[in-house]
Amino acid sequence: MATTTIIITRTIMLDDFLIRAALAGVGLALATGPLGAFVVWRRMAYFGDATAHAAVLGVALALATDLPIAAGTLVVATAMAVTVAGLAARGWAMDTTLGVLAHSALAFGLVGVSYFPAVRTDLSAYLFGDILAVSKTDLALIWAGAAAVVGLLLWRWQALLTSTLSEDLAHASGVNPNRERLVLVLAMALTVAVALKVVGALLIAAMLIIPAAAARGLARSPEGMALGAALIGAIATLAGLQLSLWQDTPAGPSIIVAASAVFALSAALGRMRLA
Amino acid sequence: MSLITATHICVRLGGEEVLHDVSLRLDPGEIVTVVGPNGSGKSTLIRALLGIVPVAEGQIARTPGLRLGYVPQKLAIDRTMPMSVRRFLSLPTRVSAAEAAAVLARVGMAGEEATQLTALSGGQLQRVLLARALLNRPQVLLLDEPTQSLDQPGEAGFYRLIEEVRADTGCAVLMVSHDLHVVMAASDRVICLNGHVCCEGTPRVVSSAPEYRALFGLGTQGALALYRHEHDHDHSAGPEHGHDHHHHHAHDHA
Repeated sequence: MATTTIIITRTIMLDDFLIRAALAGVGLALATGPLGAFVVWRRMAYFGDATAHAAVLGVALALATDLPIAAGTLVVATAMAVTVAGLAARGWAMDTTLGVLAHSALAFGLVGVSYFPAVRTDLSAYLFGDILAVSKTDLALIWAGAAAVVGLLLWRWQALLTSTLSEDLAHASGVNPNRERLVLVLAMALTVAVALKVVGALLIAAMLIIPAAAARGLARSPEGMALGAALIGAIATLAGLQLSLWQDTPAGPSIIVAASAVFALSAALGRMRLA
Repeated sequence: MSLITATHICVRLGGEEVLHDVSLRLDPGEIVTVVGPNGSGKSTLIRALLGIVPVAEGQIARTPGLRLGYVPQKLAIDRTMPMSVRRFLSLPTRVSAAEAAAVLARVGMAGEEATQLTALSGGQLQRVLLARALLNRPQVLLLDEPTQSLDQPGEAGFYRLIEEVRADTGCAVLMVSHDLHVVMAASDRVICLNGHVCCEGTPRVVSSAPEYRALFGLGTQGALALYRHEHDHDHSAGPEHGHDHHHHHAHDHA
């Protein structure tokens, strides 16, 4: 009885690091699910990568200027996302441009961070996340950021879908596709800032793409795919944490491993349905 | 009173002038077809009329509150996007099930609500695109090479559908095409475009104009003759008007 009370209290007070980790992962999955669906539909995977890699540069900037890490990553990720979207609109060859920008940002970030010896040892936390060390403040930031992303996507949902389907059709229906692209760019930057602590810069794109891709085979509507991706992301988070605990593996990569397993399962199911 | 009037518009894309000094008007209830070879600026003209590309010179006037329906050349649906016909009709404005059913019946796609867009044939997809354009009760339908991906019977069927829709709703139709005979037969007026307006008038007048022959040669004469007599009875006032218009511009620039 007393044990139960303690567990409930610890849960309510978020004192247990595992509870906080699970909540952080689920919060992130709620945002990466629907945003990831757009990333898949619009073939923005590289774009997600570039924005995410810029987050490492954001960490270096934050350390250099004594800004909070989240603020630094948000600023640099936004700058990167806006730059890339602007270049894409002007018809640059995106494959090369993104490759140059993404890896330069990552390299500059890593070099920049190396000037701060205290962080140097802890670099993997930024590259692969540190979900087991999520504090209550982190948790509040993650849920606030995720709520903002979900709110933004819900608000623009119809217009976003229309302009994803066809920019000309959107235009003719009075929807400005450039504005909708900006909405996605901002949502992406916010998500990157939120996700850094959970899965790290190198695996944010995976968290966007894999759950959405896994949901594709099972969905009949865009809404179904977005919700399915959020659900699969949440399940992968819990399963990944379990795996991490059980096998003592790093938590961020374990979450992505779990998501990949769900994807493989969904792909097999989809193939069976076709056959 | 014209629904859309474009006066002396020039459109530049990437520094290159794609449309030069193009003027046209669209009156209520008429079907106007823009023909021209590839790269003649046909699609750009439609996109300029829709406001998708800006005009560098000249102006486009629409009657206030004009409702437009647009059918694009094709819709490249990414296979990763699950989207049923019913859901598509509700983008970006949600429509009731009854409205969706009625408009699908109108274009010969009754009962196809649950079908995924990716499962439709080219002709079916064009009909669904037309259905979506009709939901808005358009006064003007703009169609950009709507039959490009269709075979000959599919093409003829689609143009018949357009004529039916015009007869039902009284909307004006402006469509773009690079194929000649079927389209011309279904049109009240034809505008021959090659960066500028080469000639303009009834299908009969345009097909015998030297500018048109210079662009398309004489190869389609036989096919045109087949269709011409069917439409001989109407629109005899067309050519005068069209040519008046055309000459007027020539004077402006002299």
